[in-house]
Amino acid sequence: MTIAVERTLPIPAEEHGPTGLLKWITSTDHKVIGKSYTITAFVFFCLAGLMAMLMRTQLASPDNNIVSLHLYNELFTMHGSLMLYLFAGPFAFGGLANYIVPLQIGAPDMAFPRLNALSYWLYAFGGLIMISGFLTTGGAADFGWVSYAPLSSATNTPGAGPDMWIVALVLTGFSAIFTGVNICATVFYLRAPGLTMFRLPIFTWNMLVTGILILIAFPVLTAALVMLWCDRHIGSHIFSVAGGGVPVLWQNLFWFFGHPEVYILALPYFGMVTDILAVFSRKPVFGYRGMVFATMSIAALSTSVWAHHMFTTGTVLLPFFSLMSYLIAVPTGIKFFNWIGTLWRGSIVFETPMLFAVGFLIVFLFGGVTGIILASPPLDFATHDTYFVVAHFHEVLFGSAVFGGFAGLYYWYPKMTGRMLRNDLGKASFWFMFVGFWLTFVPQYWLGLAGMPRRIAEYSPLSGWTLLNRISTSGAYLLFIAVFLMLVNFLLSFLKPVPAGDNPWDAHTLEWATSSPPPHHNFYWIPPVRSERPLWDHNHPEHTTIHSHMPANSVRAATSTVHSGPGVHPDHGSRSDFRGEDGDE
Amino acid sequence: MISRLKDRVAPAVTRRRLLAGVGALALAGVLSGCNVTFGATKGVTTQAHEEFRLWYGMAIAGIAVAVFVWLLIFWSIFRYRRRDDHIPKQTQEHVPLEITYTVIPILMVIVIFVFTVIVENFVDSNPTPSGAVVNVTAYQWGWIFQYAHANGVTVRTAEKAGPTLLPRSYFAKRYPTLTLPVGETSRIYLRSADVVHGFYVHSFNFDRYAQPGVTNVFSFTPTTTGWFPAQCTQYCGLYHSEMLFNVHIVTDAQYTTWLKNAELHPQSLTGATSQPTRPGPQ
Repeated sequence: MTIAVERTLPIPAEEHGPTGLLKWITSTDHKVIGKSYTITAFVFFCLAGLMAMLMRTQLASPDNNIVSLHLYNELFTMHGSLMLYLFAGPFAFGGLANYIVPLQIGAPDMAFPRLNALSYWLYAFGGLIMISGFLTTGGAADFGWVSYAPLSSATNTPGAGPDMWIVALVLTGFSAIFTGVNICATVFYLRAPGLTMFRLPIFTWNMLVTGILILIAFPVLTAALVMLWCDRHIGSHIFSVAGGGVPVLWQNLFWFFGHPEVYILALPYFGMVTDILAVFSRKPVFGYRGMVFATMSIAALSTSVWAHHMFTTGTVLLPFFSLMSYLIAVPTGIKFFNWIGTLWRGSIVFETPMLFAVGFLIVFLFGGVTGIILASPPLDFATHDTYFVVAHFHEVLFGSAVFGGFAGLYYWYPKMTGRMLRNDLGKASFWFMFVGFWLTFVPQYWLGLAGMPRRIAEYSPLSGWTLLNRISTSGAYLLFIAVFLMLVNFLLSFLKPVPAGDNPWDAHTLEWATSSPPPHHNFYWIPPVRSERPLWDHNHPEHTTIHSHMPANSVRAATSTVHSGPGVHPDHGSRSDFRGEDGDE
Repeated sequence: MISRLKDRVAPAVTRRRLLAGVGALALAGVLSGCNVTFGATKGVTTQAHEEFRLWYGMAIAGIAVAVFVWLLIFWSIFRYRRRDDHIPKQTQEHVPLEITYTVIPILMVIVIFVFTVIVENFVDSNPTPSGAVVNVTAYQWGWIFQYAHANGVTVRTAEKAGPTLLPRSYFAKRYPTLTLPVGETSRIYLRSADVVHGFYVHSFNFDRYAQPGVTNVFSFTPTTTGWFPAQCTQYCGLYHSEMLFNVHIVTDAQYTTWLKNAELHPQSLTGATSQPTRPGPQ
């Protein structure tokens, strides 16, 4: 079956502007910046993964001495910081979203291209500053990625490394805020004609909600970091008891950022998985509006659950935060059933992106269930700060950022590079990852229930934790192999490219209507947008769902066919024409 | 259409067997789980027992939900694998179904919330102490246990905290011991001298932060005598992993004797005097 859309205009062979390295440095094109973000984030992912390998090797035996206590503390601090601040977030909202969102909405670029470039450079140099903490005499930051006051004070953790960590986070925080602004403005103002809010692909929807969450959460972190820096350097006492400050304020501020951050890291991947499940089942997203409202309620609830990280501080109202945390299960459950509804009676094919997406479903479910357990204060008392928590958040974050993220990467890689990744190698990588994942993290639940605290560099041989730790470490090595296979796959696609074509997956949304990779201004032609699946409607006119929920003779139905002609050239018409006009929302 | 149905008869049998196998495995997992308490400990205090009961219920509910959803996922991906090039029916929504799977989780949340609040109120009820009242101070990197009713008997970590503590064992006398009487409710006042620490006794199913500027108060009613390992769980700096202590639950008589002895010979309780020499490298 041929899927490729006929182009009405030829693509010019030469694009204007600089080429080579200069193009990467000076470009304000969202596609170049998106690629830079993706590659940079992936490098940080690999570095943080190597740190995890060192830590797991240290923990493979009791009283082990592979790394010193101090180095171990630096390693888990930087592993968490790199994974959360420099990989999971930027990979989604800086990398894939930057590249894909303008394409999904038929826009020529992000709303603020230069701000976009600034975001990237703030992020890249922020990341470099954070990682170069290892080069200072005192070593990198070693107060944990949450840097609880007063451990993060100048007395307890002196040195340049911790300062660099703070500065790096302020820079990457601003980078995230700018990207959030950019995504929101782009989605609100640059949509193609006919693309109303309720015709946006779910990935774009989730990125919009993520952008709003970024604007809620990141300024709080940035402000808290400035306070921390003042405490360390200009003698303020915001977080120190000695000067009349309140240390627990840091925890409140940090987690007011930290919990929305968890959803900033998860929602983009939910979006990717939603789109991928629909494409590889040849069905529309089941319960589209339910999905959108579920995303919004997750985001709204996520701002009122921060103190479930602080149940054991004895300073928070337990029932309120417990109930709010439980309630997040409801929209997440809706999402799960919608995902299953999308698969149900579909025609499912297991290409690599689909394997990773289904892997995400299976993995994330268990992480979600253990999250409910942790949302109960008495059970949190029993498992707080143990490996149970470590296993839980790796299951949700690894589940979303790695299974979901790799699903997205395998899915959009052909669009970004014009080359296919090898399917066999991708599947091998998936199975190593899937098996390795369960081997690594399920023993950690048991370790936590057996009382092993997190962030300890060593444990006694009498503790009875050795066997489970060994299993966990061997699983981690399988994860290493999985990522290595993926790198080989990237390399192969460059050494022996297999051309991808415009739409290798028979996908539904606008990004697949242009060439792979897209030309400088993205589109020469856009199919008419009459549902949330414009390309599917175009390729399968006999199987569309355009009028399924509208009265046949309604005014809406009439206006929504305005663009049913031979397609729209986005270069024509004023900026206001880019907004959907049929007011479906 | 008919030919497609015929094609599906043979795989359907295999699939059914597979599904039965998966179901049996899940059931076996659940049943064996009952004996091993799903990995958790029943604990040695009345508070821990209540937490364990909540855990047990939540674990069963959680596993049931997870298995149910997993079965739906596995059913979908096996049953609806692409076998030909047909385009499936483009179902977009089913509002009654969507409302059902919104309402049912809400009801489940209400149920688990009610049980959570009941247990939480019991664990945090903090009844009048009939046993020991202990001021616990956590510091980098050790513990001080000061008994309020015994002329301030103080038990503290050996001052030699640091690498010399390795290799170590849980019951080595160099770690301080919190001695509590069985069957009596003892109250802890928890403070920190410097950074945030975690007072965690695994067999009590209990963790509470020791924070500068905050005094946390909680109670335990131990039900079983014995030695129990305990450890700081909140990351507190370089020697976080070596900030251990023991909990020793003794009979009332033993507790009285211990307390008298401790008042007479306070030195015998500090880790410094009972510090064994470090064993050679292993």
